[in-house]
Amino acid sequence: MSMRTEPVTVNIGPHHPSTHGVFRLRVTFDGEVIVDVEPVFGYLHRGTEKLAEERTYVQFVTLTDRMDYVASMTNNQGFVLAVEKLAGITPSPRGVWLRMIAAELQRIASHLVGMGFFLQDLGAFATPLMYAMRERERILDLFEMLCGARITNSYMRPGGVFMDAPEDFWPAVNRFLDEMPGYVDEYESLISGNEIVLSRTKGVARVELDALINASISGPMLRAAGLAWDLRKKHPYEFYDRVEFDVPLAQESDNWARYIVRIQEMRESVKIVRQCVQQIEPGPIRPKEVPFLVRPPAGEVYSSIEGPKGELGYYIVSDGSIAPYRCKVRAPSYINLTLLKDMLVGWRVADMIVTFGSIDINMGEVDR
Amino acid sequence: MYGLGILKGFGVTALNAFRSPFTVEYPDRRVGLPGLARSAGINPLAFVLKRPKDALKAVLGLAKIPARSQQHSRFRGQDFTWYVERCTGCASCAKLCPLGIIKIVTDPSGRQTQEGEVYDIETFDIDLARCMACGICVEVCPYDALHMGSGFERARYGFPNLLITVDELKKAPKRPSTWFRPQLEERGYHPHKSGQADWRLVGRHERPTAGQLKRNWVDDRAK
Amino acid sequence: MTSSFLDNAFFRNIYCNLASSDSARCAGGGPFGDGLFPPGWEWFAFLVTAFLTVFVVINGALLGVNAYIWGERRLIGRIQGRPGPNRWGPFGLLTPVADLIKILTKEDIVPAAADRLLFFLAPFLIVVPVLLVFAVVPFGSSSWVADLNIGLLYVLAVLSVESFAPVMAGWGSQNRYAMFGALRAVALLVSYEIPMVLSLLGVLMIAGSLSLVDVVHAQSVPFILVQPLGFLVFFIGTVAEIQRAPFDLAEAESELVGGYHTDYSGIRWGLFQAGEFLATIAGAAIIVTVFLGGWRGPDFLPSHAWFFIKLTGVLVVMTWIRGTLPRLRIDQVTSFAWKGLLPLAALNVVLSALLSLIWPAPTNGELWIMVAINMTVAAAALIVLGQFGPKAGERPTPAPVSTLREATPGGGN
Repeated sequence: MSMRTEPVTVNIGPHHPSTHGVFRLRVTFDGEVIVDVEPVFGYLHRGTEKLAEERTYVQFVTLTDRMDYVASMTNNQGFVLAVEKLAGITPSPRGVWLRMIAAELQRIASHLVGMGFFLQDLGAFATPLMYAMRERERILDLFEMLCGARITNSYMRPGGVFMDAPEDFWPAVNRFLDEMPGYVDEYESLISGNEIVLSRTKGVARVELDALINASISGPMLRAAGLAWDLRKKHPYEFYDRVEFDVPLAQESDNWARYIVRIQEMRESVKIVRQCVQQIEPGPIRPKEVPFLVRPPAGEVYSSIEGPKGELGYYIVSDGSIAPYRCKVRAPSYINLTLLKDMLVGWRVADMIVTFGSIDINMGEVDR
Repeated sequence: MYGLGILKGFGVTALNAFRSPFTVEYPDRRVGLPGLARSAGINPLAFVLKRPKDALKAVLGLAKIPARSQQHSRFRGQDFTWYVERCTGCASCAKLCPLGIIKIVTDPSGRQTQEGEVYDIETFDIDLARCMACGICVEVCPYDALHMGSGFERARYGFPNLLITVDELKKAPKRPSTWFRPQLEERGYHPHKSGQADWRLVGRHERPTAGQLKRNWVDDRAK
Repeated sequence: MTSSFLDNAFFRNIYCNLASSDSARCAGGGPFGDGLFPPGWEWFAFLVTAFLTVFVVINGALLGVNAYIWGERRLIGRIQGRPGPNRWGPFGLLTPVADLIKILTKEDIVPAAADRLLFFLAPFLIVVPVLLVFAVVPFGSSSWVADLNIGLLYVLAVLSVESFAPVMAGWGSQNRYAMFGALRAVALLVSYEIPMVLSLLGVLMIAGSLSLVDVVHAQSVPFILVQPLGFLVFFIGTVAEIQRAPFDLAEAESELVGGYHTDYSGIRWGLFQAGEFLATIAGAAIIVTVFLGGWRGPDFLPSHAWFFIKLTGVLVVMTWIRGTLPRLRIDQVTSFAWKGLLPLAALNVVLSALLSLIWPAPTNGELWIMVAINMTVAAAALIVLGQFGPKAGERPTPAPVSTLREATPGGGN
């Protein structure tokens, strides 16, 4: 007996509880199985790149916060490094150490959010998410000590940071570093051994390494496929060549691998922050000769860092004035989405949401 | 064996159920009898004898005490602290605001004498509806006249009510955040604990004494 | 004649005060001499008393829903490191009431394309069958609305009717999310009904009756010990049948927005929620009655208290599960039922049949021997199934893409 069936097209989003913002997917289902996926984005487009052309370099730092709003510090860092490279500024060592501390703490916070919402998408009724938020709040408290803001930090400036860490920051960050590995263990005992999580994520949405490289995907997604590509190791910026850390790898390139790579990277980031805190030395946080209105010579530069979600690059063209002539952002969230269709076709509704969570995108950065 | 990992997860959640909550309640929180007595500063037994009605409420779980989140002295609030005595109306803040939300109109009438100048600042409007609290206006102020505030309760009905006018800025309580003001931080100033700060206290530089002026401007040149 | 609510002293007193002429039930007249109604009006007295009983039970159940909503939110809050609801009334106890007022004042939106009859009928269909379950649950040593001789069968039948509601809601609201939810609900029902019924067979063989009252009377040793496998299968089956986490696929918030009740608002949505919580309480009550000894317990507490303590315990465990586990996927849920629970239930049936062949009417001592045998077999079965059953990481391969593409009109893309 054969039954006549026909595929059904469903709009997932933009107003859907788990599209991580305002993402829209036109999905064609055959029963529960995905036949076709068409991502539609741009619902959060604010024209950040165009806005950069009318703002001075320091003013644009405040707008980089708004791109990936769960990882503002690394956004700042990427832009500031590009400006330094363009204008030939040598940053102060203490400023660099502070930037590294902030960026690695931000990486932990971003991975916590990624992990929490990944589990939320698995349907875990917010419990792992709340545990992740508990530790993220402590990181945000540290950011509040550094720069007075919790999410949109605008902490970094060409040449360093704008303000030294207060006295009470150092004991607080040490206490956090001591406790964080225990919390990661707690997540692992709640999640990593859970058979439901394992059966939901292992082997789901596999992509080949070649496809990942061809699509220029970076970050934890690439490392989950077994390629040790980490800009902190390959092209050390800041003082990453002075700290010791490992690049966590997984081979499976599935949702589980992407999750476990993030968990391991949190542990590595804790190590890096600890070494930064040990190595930081007193001194100016920013060279005195760097003016507020940075005026780089005419030219162009591409500079990229290893953001929490992948390679975060800034391409700046300067015409010698106080504002960039063109500023293009290579947003990792956006580029990591390119293989979405290849990952999803053949899997089911529930896998689609989980895969979406495992890519760990941020719509503010996708649409910019 | 299948299922052991799930049981381990049950252990973690059960353990967490017996920890105290980590969320902060705002603007007030419910307390039991011991908490209420502690907030009143007396022991619970004396509290029951003194204020039996409140004690009953506390036992029934109805007593509230005000609560607010602990914020760092650098916290960049939603308001601004502005010292008219320090401001020269140079409009650096207005020029460098990334969103251009500060409007300054000065008048050289001299009705109000600033330090060393005779500017009268007629308009100093900050449109909080568009402000993103980046603090660049504070960073570029050469006279330490503009400070971030420390408040966070500026929700209003309607966008026009979010405009801070010059009169409101003058009248507002002076509780500057220590953000980008190392001189305040060195003194251990905290906006909520230390009370209001006078304009003489917030400057980065002391006014030069007569001796310093003579040394700088007369003696050095005589060499 | 089966016993009914008139076995309860309280309701018998009411009845006998109304109709003391019924000498069969009220030997020696009512407490206050002659009845209120003349002889021949016993049927009316019976009707009035029946109405009172139903009134008490239904309102008790709805009050229980309120209490349970509060309790679940508090407990999950504590699991997640939050205080839970604490604003309305002492310890937030009035939060469900505030919710109810909010729901009642919301606009009742009906989608333009909705099939109105099904759309309007579905919320009622989810509440009413669950309320019917409470008719046969013995709350205390002599408190029940009706002691049906086919009680267990009745419970299973009525609980299955409840699963029609998601289908009606899903079809009626003409929403694709809702349709997904509805079909998932059907898949769950089809898969879990069978292991659930099979797991109850063992209980029937030992108790020798379908009546829930008789089942409780037979439990001088709680059946959770005599039938460990049956309990496991029935517990999981109940959680799946009432669609709670980790089997809440039909309304999976992160996938289907609200599942079958995506398009509902206001009090209709509230009825779905109430129905879900009522079903949880009803399921827990059945578990308590069939496997945990019902109202039986040491004498220092009244029988009702024991019932409610056990009920609370089961509900706490269900809440704990909800606060811990992520959701399963639809194919995993069904394969778990067919490959995991069905063999266990079948094993349990065979074992129980053998044992009840040896001891047709087990005494207390014989029951304890059964406990030992069943426990051993259960442990062995679980270990064996843990080795050969669905292993962590065992995954079905994705459906072949090429054939699926052909099914798309216009060749896909």
